Amino acid sequence: MAFGQGRSGGSGGGGGGAGARGRGRGRGRGDKKTGDKEKGQRRPMFRRRKVCKFCADKIDDINYKDAKLLGPFVPERGKVLPRRISGTCAMHQRKLQTAIKRARQIALIPFVTE
Amino acid sequence: MTDKAERQYELVYILPPDTTEAQVTELHGQVEAVVSRMNGQIEKTENWGRRKLAYEISHQKEGVYVLEVINGSGELMKELDRRLRVMDQVIRHLIVRVDEEKKVVDRTRSKRVADSQRRRVKRGLPPVRQPGEGRPAGEVEEADDDRFDGVEV
Repeated sequence: MAFGQGRSGGSGGGGGGAGARGRGRGRGRGDKKTGDKEKGQRRPMFRRRKVCKFCADKIDDINYKDAKLLGPFVPERGKVLPRRISGTCAMHQRKLQTAIKRARQIALIPFVTE
Repeated sequence: MTDKAERQYELVYILPPDTTEAQVTELHGQVEAVVSRMNGQIEKTENWGRRKLAYEISHQKEGVYVLEVINGSGELMKELDRRLRVMDQVIRHLIVRVDEEKKVVDRTRSKRVADSQRRRVKRGLPPVRQPGEGRPAGEVEEADDDRFDGVEV
């Protein structure tokens, strides 16, 4: 009980206040720094908001003949780029999927690249 | 909808790269013959010319692509499919039914146009976008920025 009181008195008392004022600048910078750090910690979690390309560009027709349109959704290996990475909405991913499969059949897009 | 005859299909076939123009037209003639015999019609023919194949098909690295848009029945396409499979100068073909997808696309497109017109009229604007209205073309980077543009994990 006594110990607790002593501590609270120390921080709330004149001495504590003077200390704070004396190091006003330093602490200010410190505060800023911690702010930066917080931001820095947040940054890796921050993601650019992903928007479905087909919704944004108002592309109604995902056509299998348009290899240029499908290209960005078929990375190196030849697989279909997952939705969690491309940000495509469910409806358009479904259409994209059939379009890619058709385009593969007529050799516009590879099945696999080794 | 009389579902018997009126369906629309797209047929794409690939020929070896050394095919001559004459051979291409000859094959087109054969396709046309089958189509007209079975009461269909060819709406459009497109020759994409020589293209690189994404993978080798029967030891060919390139191919001549031909696209035909055909109105006709399912039986017609079945017959065409069978014939194309037998022809050895066709190295690959694909038949896709397109009329229903096309309908959906048209519907969404017209709906979008109608919606935007309705909204514009509500805001007291003329229904169609005027030239010089809105943001100039150079200012779209912002919108571009948060769109997907490559591999991002």
